[in-house]
Amino acid sequence: MSAIYALWLRELKRYLRSRVQLVASLGQPVLYLLALGFGLGPVFQRAGNGSYLQFMAPGVIGMTVLFSSIFSGLGLLWDRQFGFLKETLVAPVPRLQIMIGRTLGGATVAVLQGLLVTIVCLIAGFRPVHLATVPMALGFMILIAIVFSALGVAIGSSLQDMQGFQLIMNFLVLPLFFLSGALFPLGGLPRALAVVTTLDPLSYGIDGMRSVLLEQSHYGAVVDLEVLVALAMVLLVFGAYRFSKIEI
Amino acid sequence: MIRVQNLVKTFGAFTAVDDVSFEVAEGEIFAFLGPNGAGKTTTIKMLTTLLKPTGGSIELDGLDPQLKQNEARKRFGIVFQDPSLDGEMTAWENMELHGVLYHVPHKLRRQRTEELLKLFELWDRRKDLVKKFSGGMKRRLEIARGFLHTPKILFLDEPTLGLDPQSRNQLWTHVKKVNEAEKVTVFLTTHYMDEADRVAHRIGVIDHGKLVAQGTPKAIKEQTGTENLEDAFLKLTGSTIRDESAGSADQMRQFARMWSKR
Repeated sequence: MSAIYALWLRELKRYLRSRVQLVASLGQPVLYLLALGFGLGPVFQRAGNGSYLQFMAPGVIGMTVLFSSIFSGLGLLWDRQFGFLKETLVAPVPRLQIMIGRTLGGATVAVLQGLLVTIVCLIAGFRPVHLATVPMALGFMILIAIVFSALGVAIGSSLQDMQGFQLIMNFLVLPLFFLSGALFPLGGLPRALAVVTTLDPLSYGIDGMRSVLLEQSHYGAVVDLEVLVALAMVLLVFGAYRFSKIEI
Repeated sequence: MIRVQNLVKTFGAFTAVDDVSFEVAEGEIFAFLGPNGAGKTTTIKMLTTLLKPTGGSIELDGLDPQLKQNEARKRFGIVFQDPSLDGEMTAWENMELHGVLYHVPHKLRRQRTEELLKLFELWDRRKDLVKKFSGGMKRRLEIARGFLHTPKILFLDEPTLGLDPQSRNQLWTHVKKVNEAEKVTVFLTTHYMDEADRVAHRIGVIDHGKLVAQGTPKAIKEQTGTENLEDAFLKLTGSTIRDESAGSADQMRQFARMWSKR
């Protein structure tokens, strides 16, 4: 247990110390929020869907958590050759504990990032229906963070070099974001797109946040919750398995 | 302390380590020498539980590292060829985390950290982030960290690569000091023959996965009829240059060198 805690704490300390990274990672969500939120706002309004900023704020929060958590897992690739990971792999600690410590650390950092972006959204004019539901949205953020940290670890354990990183970015991370309904409503989509969005785990995370923050939902909060919990468990097991197979 | 019998490791059709046997006694400093790609690092990885041998047996302090992995891991420390410190943490924190991972009790952890950081002349910099350290300081910290859990064996995989002669000299002085004070067995690899000659009690030379000579530096020089270890080494392993095909690790290493100086 002490090993899990120590590794978790390490991720947290690293995050709080690197102010540059902290600020840099806010750039993209803020850009989306301001450029799309205000740029597409009038069109969205005219289509009779209400405020676009309201609608996309949970999407941008979800995006932040997605990026941050999946990158912390992918960082393994670098870390195992030039970083601290090797030191932990020869320590007399079961690999499962190391994986859990790292994953939870990465997930915690991702949630903190998500909260920061939530504050930015609030400043930009985002207003949840009830403030009391914000803690429930936090629950969805945590689930998104765990799902994608575990996925990141699974992928990071399997990659061989940095070229793979670009591949993952373009064919996994960005599609996960764009096909999640972060930017558009899930109802009334063309059939093919509707199928793909249903397969995207992030859809459920963002839909869950929308259902608690805005009281509008496509799948229903309970379905969102069930899908995310089940997926988190499957991916944690899968990530732990891949992690146990790392050879340096 | 280390007993290796008929050790074999194959990767597909390629035999990296071919029927290697040797023993290292307690408190001994053993240098494992060989050209690039000869099988040094592969052997160290097998000794330190990171790779499974294809055949043969290994004993560390009487334990089979495959069967009693965690028990064996407590008994050795290792300094890898590539850096393995956390640059975003201080020297002190790096030591702390290592102590936690190796289950060193709180009080003992602090006491040994202080002793070792003082010995390796890093005590004044203990609160500085490791990324601000020079290459030599990082290496010293890694070695100090390797000693923290009072291992019986310390593995050093090319610890002096890229260091200036002053840092190299100082590093070996420290290693020798701890070797004498705590009777730690040291298993090292290096490309600097003068270091091996100066530091090691005994030497093993590996080439193409096979152990081609072993004995004291003096015995090896006599055996090959040469004046110094470098000539002996060249006589044993030939003077052809070994061109390894660069694997993904080497490519990343090159990339890492572009970004950060060790």
